[in-house]
Amino acid sequence: MTLQMTWSRMAPLLQRLGSVIGLVLLFIVLSIMSPDFLTTGNLLTVLRQVSINALIAFGMTFVILAGGIDLSVGAILALTGAVTAGLMAAGHGMVLSAGAGLLLGLVLGMVNGALVSWGKVAPFIATLGTMTLLRGVTLSYTQGSPIPVTNPSFALLGGGYVANLIPLPVIWMFVAFALCAFLLRGTVFGRHVVAIGGNEEAARLSGVRLSPMKLAIYGLSGLLSAFAGIVLTSRLYSAQATAGAGYELDAIAAVVLGGTSLSGGRGWLFGTLVGALLIGFLNNGLNLLSVSSFYQQVVKGIVILIAVLLDRRQ
Amino acid sequence: MSAAPLIRMRGIHKSFGPVKVLEGVDFELLAGEVHALMGENGAGKSTLMKILTGIYAPDAGTLEVDGQPASIATPADAEKHGIAIIHQELNLIPALSVADNLFLGREIQRFGLLDHRAMTRRAMEWLARVGMERLDPATLVERLSVGQQQMVEIARALGQNARVLIMDEPTAALTEHETNTLFKLIRDLRAQGTGIVYVSHRMEEIFALCDRISVLRDGHFVGTRPVPGLAFDEVVKMMVGRTLDARFPTRTPNIGDVRLKVEHISGGMVRDVSFDLHAGEVLGVAGLLGAGRTELARLLFGLDKPSEGTITLDGKVVTPTSPNDAIQSGFGFVTEDRKAQGLVLDLSLRENVSLPRVPAHAGLVDRASEKKQTRGLIEALKIRARDMELNVRALSGGNQQKVVLAKWLALKPRVLILDEPTRGVDVGGKAEIYHIINQLAEQGVAILMISSELPEVLAMSDRILVMHEGRATALLDGHGATQEAVMTAATGGK
Repeated sequence: MTLQMTWSRMAPLLQRLGSVIGLVLLFIVLSIMSPDFLTTGNLLTVLRQVSINALIAFGMTFVILAGGIDLSVGAILALTGAVTAGLMAAGHGMVLSAGAGLLLGLVLGMVNGALVSWGKVAPFIATLGTMTLLRGVTLSYTQGSPIPVTNPSFALLGGGYVANLIPLPVIWMFVAFALCAFLLRGTVFGRHVVAIGGNEEAARLSGVRLSPMKLAIYGLSGLLSAFAGIVLTSRLYSAQATAGAGYELDAIAAVVLGGTSLSGGRGWLFGTLVGALLIGFLNNGLNLLSVSSFYQQVVKGIVILIAVLLDRRQ
Repeated sequence: MSAAPLIRMRGIHKSFGPVKVLEGVDFELLAGEVHALMGENGAGKSTLMKILTGIYAPDAGTLEVDGQPASIATPADAEKHGIAIIHQELNLIPALSVADNLFLGREIQRFGLLDHRAMTRRAMEWLARVGMERLDPATLVERLSVGQQQMVEIARALGQNARVLIMDEPTAALTEHETNTLFKLIRDLRAQGTGIVYVSHRMEEIFALCDRISVLRDGHFVGTRPVPGLAFDEVVKMMVGRTLDARFPTRTPNIGDVRLKVEHISGGMVRDVSFDLHAGEVLGVAGLLGAGRTELARLLFGLDKPSEGTITLDGKVVTPTSPNDAIQSGFGFVTEDRKAQGLVLDLSLRENVSLPRVPAHAGLVDRASEKKQTRGLIEALKIRARDMELNVRALSGGNQQKVVLAKWLALKPRVLILDEPTRGVDVGGKAEIYHIINQLAEQGVAILMISSELPEVLAMSDRILVMHEGRATALLDGHGATQEAVMTAATGGK
């Protein structure tokens, strides 16, 4: 009885820890194979590279946990980055411009939520539509050319360091992680997200209001995408219409690698962080080992497939 | 009847990890008999049937078919031996036609193309064997009633030359009429020499239909008895290892003022239904499947919109527009399908119980008081779970149903609607659920109990509302009502 009890509680934990074990193994292998891997400079660089994907993937975790998907995150990132840069180029202050960008991201996310809940459009289709639409809007808005950023304090947001060592985006990533993890584990909102993904009908019959919840969930995803867009624009000193292309797939990959079920109702935020780190360190390691970028894609694809297959074996 | 039994299983053992599910079970099925397999949830019935159909391999024990040692390692082996199972959840593809479903995976081909004409002709023969010769094989399965779909499944099994039919709770979703049709078919098949294993909790049906009963308890084989001369209580005793004092516990009536007043409500298939429900009263709602009982509950709970009529709760007119709204007004609703509508199977017992109202301050979950609340409800409802953090998926049907009840008890509802509260729950679990219902009524909760099990309605209700084709056809006093009176009103007779 006791043995069985321990096992039944341990099994899901072990299964969850798969991604962590994978990350640790990758870490060890890369440390042995490349002398440049285990250096503070390299590790911090990877963390900084990962941060943008992680920010988006945190929002994506909520959407996927609730049984949805958000393909528009990359497009929201590009548009909000461009609008923020555009407002500053027009002479507005940094706080107002970034605030407007964040608000725009939130609203666009809520539009996704409205399409999914009130419009009863399948999330894949709804966000595919807004993705295409927003890409077009961004291209028209920027006329296809980058919008440069000249505000030096804004450039710190993505390019600054704490104690001359830790890149600010890494700090944002961990702060966002802490906030989102608390939101998921410690609040009624988080509980309802998982309940909706686990059994939408049971949640509704228990009095969970689906439409406001979906507006909030997709809104959160849009907000985090906008924040990622602002950080990226800051780091690159310019906003590009094509920024964030394919980021939606990286974010989904991070969520799935982290052990969150694509059908919703099962998952955790820490896994997503690990998933994003796995992708980042894998890229980094393959670069350090001078693997051709063509093969890098092959390896990434194989890793994702293996992770999903392991997850299926339960 | 041939000398050797169709199936003989001896000393079957099966464990999953450290859990022993079957410990030395014997089971024998003769040609031309209907053999009931009974036992509480978790007794090992499904596992035994899964071994017989090649889904699980036994750890120990022997299996004989027609007196010859046989090995059934895969579902294909089972099919080869003529063993077929009709699942509780039907396995047909709704968007395909009856003929397509009958031949799924074994399509008749001609020059590599589907031979529709041959399949249609054969389908008609098969359907005729189950008394469905009037059904066009081109009909899409989604247009069939549950009962018809079940007949199609049986036709498919017979078409594959099944000699052993295993039926798992076959009448759970059938109307009275469909049940009678099914029983007639089962008797016909028995006369033709088919062996039928009938897995069910419905005692009345088993006594009416079956020739022998085998009982499992906690993975052990208790015994096989012929039905003639067998007493109901003896079967219960075999199943639970003790006699239940009474199937239906008694309640001290504590009926108060009118709590819920429903006047001339219509909507969907519900037409002009009026009734009062008092505090502390159990109002049973009887009727055949499709009489509009669940639809009535949905109107009250804000799931569908009434086109006419008023709902008054404690003297105030309420118009629930959503489940959330109804819950705020004081309604609770235990739905008939606990897996699809009542529970989030991958969440823990604790999280399911607090789903309608998570103990929280300013949106932050108060885990300590959540645990305390859950512990209290686990004790009050005698939910048997090792741990409140376990996913409810791991619980037995009866315990899952108690979790659904616990969800609503946490809210202290003023009106609790129960839709088939004991469906798929074993005898012991049923008695406990009846006890909970009685306690709630004694505490003054007004209870609307929809049920298709007549003995349950008759024994539990203070009054009985009978529905037929969306209308309320009778309001009977629960203590004097008879099965005949309810059935007459339920079939629209006077």
